Amino acid sequence: MASHAIPTHASAASPSSEQTGLWSWLTTVDHKRIGILYLYTALFYLLVGGLEALLIRTQLAKPNLHVVSAETYNQLFTMHGTTMVFLVVMPLSAAFFNYLIPLQIGARDVAFPRLNAFSYWVYALGGLFITLPIFFGLAPNGGWFGYAPLSGPTYGGGFNMDFWVLGLQILGISSLAAAFNFITTIINLRAPGMTLMRMPMFTWMSFVVQFLIVLAFPVITAALFFLQFDRFFGTQFYEVSAGGDPLLWQHLFWVFGHPEVYILILPAFGLVSEVLPTHSRKPLFGYNVMAYSGIMIGFLGFGVWAHHMFAVGMGPVADSIFSVATMLIGIPTGVKIFNWIATMYGGSLRFPTSMKFAIGLIAMFTIGGISGVMHSSPPSDLQQTDTYFVVAHFHYVLYGGAIMGIFAGIYHYFPKITGRFMSEKIGSWHFWLNFIGLNLTFFPMHFSGMLGMPRRIYTYDAGQGWDLFNLMSTTGTYMLMIAGLVFAYNFFSSRQRGAAAGNDPWGAPTLEWSIPSPPPEYNFAQIPEVASRYPMWDLKAPDRTEGIAHSHADAATIADAHAVPVHEETERRSAKELGIPMPFPTIKPFMVALGILILFSGLIVLHAGHFALAMATMLGGAAFMVGSLYAWLTSPLE
Amino acid sequence: MATAAAAGAHEAHEHAHYTTTGLNHRKIAMWAFIGSECMLFGSLISTYLVYKGRSVVGPFPHEAWTSPTGQVFKPILNIPVTSASTFVLLMSSLFMVLALAAVENKGKPGYEGLLGSSKFWLAATAAAGATFLGFQAYEFTSFVHEGLTIKTNLFGSSFFTLTGFHGTHVAVGVLWLMTMLFIDMKRGLQPKDAINIDIMALYWHFVDVVWIIIFALVYLIK
Repeated sequence: MASHAIPTHASAASPSSEQTGLWSWLTTVDHKRIGILYLYTALFYLLVGGLEALLIRTQLAKPNLHVVSAETYNQLFTMHGTTMVFLVVMPLSAAFFNYLIPLQIGARDVAFPRLNAFSYWVYALGGLFITLPIFFGLAPNGGWFGYAPLSGPTYGGGFNMDFWVLGLQILGISSLAAAFNFITTIINLRAPGMTLMRMPMFTWMSFVVQFLIVLAFPVITAALFFLQFDRFFGTQFYEVSAGGDPLLWQHLFWVFGHPEVYILILPAFGLVSEVLPTHSRKPLFGYNVMAYSGIMIGFLGFGVWAHHMFAVGMGPVADSIFSVATMLIGIPTGVKIFNWIATMYGGSLRFPTSMKFAIGLIAMFTIGGISGVMHSSPPSDLQQTDTYFVVAHFHYVLYGGAIMGIFAGIYHYFPKITGRFMSEKIGSWHFWLNFIGLNLTFFPMHFSGMLGMPRRIYTYDAGQGWDLFNLMSTTGTYMLMIAGLVFAYNFFSSRQRGAAAGNDPWGAPTLEWSIPSPPPEYNFAQIPEVASRYPMWDLKAPDRTEGIAHSHADAATIADAHAVPVHEETERRSAKELGIPMPFPTIKPFMVALGILILFSGLIVLHAGHFALAMATMLGGAAFMVGSLYAWLTSPLE
Repeated sequence: MATAAAAGAHEAHEHAHYTTTGLNHRKIAMWAFIGSECMLFGSLISTYLVYKGRSVVGPFPHEAWTSPTGQVFKPILNIPVTSASTFVLLMSSLFMVLALAAVENKGKPGYEGLLGSSKFWLAATAAAGATFLGFQAYEFTSFVHEGLTIKTNLFGSSFFTLTGFHGTHVAVGVLWLMTMLFIDMKRGLQPKDAINIDIMALYWHFVDVVWIIIFALVYLIK
């Protein structure tokens, strides 16, 4: 495939359909274009969150610096965490859910295309709502975990945490709507023959993540409602003088917060589970166990939240239970690590940039995983809690894990999304700068943490043994910023001038590689029939799956299926020509999202003391939202 | 589903989309939504229970309270009145079942007259829901008159938030019912529309079940 030369005419570089212009992006319901919107928005916020980190690290480069004020510093670390979790890693994962899930299961779109557009617009507007206040010095300043009563009206007055509370509520709507959509899509839009145990591993991990979102987000929604009511309506949920329990927030937050960790990492696990078999030219080792361990991680993820709270003194019984549960979760995670290594073992390996990042994830996540197991022991955790050791731990799993996995995914799927390759040479530079920068930034934090440096401090005195480690971390952060710029250059220049990639540039095994790059708006001219886990290898490299359990069982069906029509570039025809009904573009999901934003903004006005204006804003927003919703629901989809 | 397919013969423009399970997309999404609602109400109910008996000042749900100024507050929950509203809400679930049956079996023998009148049963369900909301409005205002607001104490905060969230869900359900009733009056619901009633009924019964749990835990257990 790769050998057949494709002239670099427009079709190789333009988006999946001829529509262009702002209006077409505002009204699109195509899962691929929505995925691209998620990708660009989240990459923009990666830059924002990275700049916040850069300022934090500049402030901490040396003892007693005053690069930013202490109040600004609080806003920076709060927004760095909030941005990276809710505006970068989750939406980057969502970009891949959107783009890949329908392609991987052989569907033409998600189950609810307009709801999908709604999810994106709620995210985009919610992101602005929570980010813009930083320009007015009003950004959230109580930590990304927003511990009440610190974030309540008594200690956290002012507008700062208002934006956090309301912004997270808005973003939660986006994640939940998307999760209902993807659950339905994966259950109900798999192509004929695509049984659950034939789904690509990325789709499997995404499936698990959607359940985590559905079950974890309502808990923080409730906790945020309590906080919202405390702040705006004078309730007493977190008011200690009224008998409120300061641990209520912590429990509710971490019941959400720990599954959230897996919401962040499992999509990256899914991506590297696509990259590793492709470039090892060997099926994923222990597919079933990989799927089951993903489910186990998700399941156990709900039973370990209180390991974030060992220091509050829950007593030996609770501590022991949560400690054991936390250690247990290391088992399915370890299984995944070993299976990836076993996938590479004996394979004929290639090392494009995506593969480097995938292997990087295995190594870096293992370091973060090991320090995670250290935290599962309460006596050990009590020494480390609230120190830079914890910061080192979760950056190894989130940067070394989630972000590295997502970069692997971007390099791997860029040719599918754009029809062009990213530069391998610059990609290699990006990888090594990133890899060295990340270790230079986060590895010394283990030491500064062990030497007692607390998290979130504005500055520190010299002579505590922290100076060198902090300077190393700051240097590393600058290196990561350079790596980010190298990536940005590679991304945009390859978008314009990258070498043309065919349908299947990597010789990958799954359905998304059977269609043109970029895919036509309808994805599959003909819905494929699937007879195995690796339909493309059955056609092109049957020797690779020989002797693998799945293809033995399916050998007969594969032989007479020939079910995956491989599309050539010349076959590209419009949906109309092929008689495929496509959903109409519509602005209504955007309008409903806008209504929600106006509704929530009313509460800020209420806090400012303008009662009548606040009521008008909220009622106006609600009316606009409900009206747009009715208009949406009563207009035909296609 | 079978009845919908049989009656859909003259609806040639309704081309069916392929689904893996044969189930309707929206029905699966509604189940996922209900799963998430379970966690929301689970959190609200847990918070109410955790804060039970921890209010520093009254009024209290089940015990009398004498304020420092000597004013005496009776136990505030009015169980007979709420039992009546609970009964009404339970009946609304029955009406909803009959509404769904009326739409599914429209025009079939045995579904002539009242039993086959989807308009009547939808209206009855909406009316029962609205009556429940009326009871709740009465309960809330009488509590405020007796000195319990959302700001008074932990009980007030967690009680009004929990029951208020439930009431909001009932209100959304009533709005939904009225929308379906409007469509029924405009063009008449047919067996092919049964899936829409079915999904609405799933939501309605869920909201009803949540109230049974709230009624037992908040009102009946002292």
